[in-house]
Amino acid sequence: MNLPRARVRRPWRLAAEASALLIAVVVAFPLYWMVLSAFKPAGEIESSEPRPWTLAPSLDSFRRVFGQQEFGRYFLNSLLVAGTVVIASALIAFLAATAVTRFRFRFRTTLLIMFLVAQMVPVEALTIPLFFLMRDFGQLNTLGSLILPHIAFSLPFAIWMLRGFVKAVPEALEEAAYIDGASRARFLWQILFPLVFPGLVATSVFSFISTWNDFLFAKSFIISDTSQSTLPMALLVFYKPDDPDWGGVMAASTVMTIPVLVFFVLVQRRLVSGLGGAVKD
Amino acid sequence: MSVSPSGSGGAVRGSVTVRRGSSRRSPRPFGRSSGVPWLYLAPALVVLGGLLVYPVYQLGLISFLEYTQAQVSGGEPTTFQGFGNYAELFGDGEFWRVLLATVVFAAACVVSTLAVGCALAVLLTRVRALPRLALMMAALGAWATPAVTGSTVWLLLFDPDFGPVNRMLGLGDHSWTYGRFSAFGLVLLEVVWCSFPFVMVTVYAGIRAVPAEVLEAAALDGASQWRIWRSVLAPMLRPILVVVTIQSVIWDFKVFTQIYVMTNGGGIAGQNLVLNVYAYQKAFASSQYSLGSAIGVVMLLILLAVTLVYLRLLRRQGEEL
Repeated sequence: MNLPRARVRRPWRLAAEASALLIAVVVAFPLYWMVLSAFKPAGEIESSEPRPWTLAPSLDSFRRVFGQQEFGRYFLNSLLVAGTVVIASALIAFLAATAVTRFRFRFRTTLLIMFLVAQMVPVEALTIPLFFLMRDFGQLNTLGSLILPHIAFSLPFAIWMLRGFVKAVPEALEEAAYIDGASRARFLWQILFPLVFPGLVATSVFSFISTWNDFLFAKSFIISDTSQSTLPMALLVFYKPDDPDWGGVMAASTVMTIPVLVFFVLVQRRLVSGLGGAVKD
Repeated sequence: MSVSPSGSGGAVRGSVTVRRGSSRRSPRPFGRSSGVPWLYLAPALVVLGGLLVYPVYQLGLISFLEYTQAQVSGGEPTTFQGFGNYAELFGDGEFWRVLLATVVFAAACVVSTLAVGCALAVLLTRVRALPRLALMMAALGAWATPAVTGSTVWLLLFDPDFGPVNRMLGLGDHSWTYGRFSAFGLVLLEVVWCSFPFVMVTVYAGIRAVPAEVLEAAALDGASQWRIWRSVLAPMLRPILVVVTIQSVIWDFKVFTQIYVMTNGGGIAGQNLVLNVYAYQKAFASSQYSLGSAIGVVMLLILLAVTLVYLRLLRRQGEEL
């Protein structure tokens, strides 16, 4: 805690803590309601007296979700797409970030500005040309049509963010490694890579989320082969605007949210320091 | 030759202090090699070139062509339209209505997100570990929730028949998605809910990095809390605030999933359309790919303008790229 402690008087601190807890409850409430509704038996969800608890938790909704054609497969598809994007973009961004921070070369600043500008490109606007690109390469209806664009779109931000982490590794370390006879590749992978790893983790949160959440590309590129669908599309099977199956939607939503939550809890501490580091540079 | 701090090399290696004369080549494996950085950059440039730069070029190209279902699957030749598509777009009253809605909606989202995020970041610094952990965890949960999931959950919360919110507020079966403004308001709530955590966590990390002495000095000089925030914290956090503001502008200007899911593709008679959804509907629902692309180009240009402002701000702060 950085703010001067003496100035925060006791009643104020208690009020602050009470409101922090209250806000935490409000913020967490939608998630609580999602999980609760997933476990409620059908009659209780669609009741005009919604109660914030259930006395008869049931797995019916989950059974319905997993009984739906190949839900497990969609889950694996999503996991495969997100996993590939995270690993590929982390490696590519690491190399690129090393190049722009450890070397001086012509067009370096130009490149950096272009990476920044690339972040601003509205991915969604590119759906149309990407659709034709994927069609021409016969990639429509394949997971590749989701993986490739997402790698491209997570790269600029990842490079921009990793820059700070690579910069933070002292140059002296590089000299020392070289004097000790380490080759360039050895320094890159055995010294620099482990040191930058926390930054890679923080960065990967963003590529993971944007890929895992992707709805537009999945909707546009996976048009006929449903075996290549990902979770967001599967979820909407239950959500028909006129007569939604709320139990199914909430159960599918719960299943879809859990991997991201797990990922977040795992990287939580690195995320906070990573964001601070990247922004401070 | 770039002079590198030679003393610190010794610190890393123990007692050996390396002192280099200018006659010797720099022992750094990195530094001044011309080919190697491009080798490292190659994968990134290939991917970005093929999947970002080329599609942007294509987007611009399509926006100048006649490109509908007949050209896509009918094999009809594409014809050059010049600015015809843009003329059609700008002559359409609906486009201006959607553009205005997008700008106002994005601005409202950005302001609310920043206000909530900053306020909670300050709150986080005032409380002990337990409430802080609770708020942090709840925020990370909201952050982690996929957009599709968040949209459906918020719809259920505000459902006229089965939702707890109407019950708590005693609103009967009031439908939130029926009216234009209440539908936008509901989407705004969801967007703020899932995007304030990024602002909160980032600003909190920034506040923690401010040296305690600075704040103590201000407090000793008798500055009020508000004054400390305005005159000490805000200027020191400026780089961070610029980053989160720009990121929010970019994200909120491009909201797609929430609008698409929560208002069922743009609301009753398209009353809740924003540019992104509008472009999608034009292109993929009515097969007017060239009009959709023209909308995409307009979005691109607007965000490019935002980027230029951002670069100017960065430069004024004297940040080295």
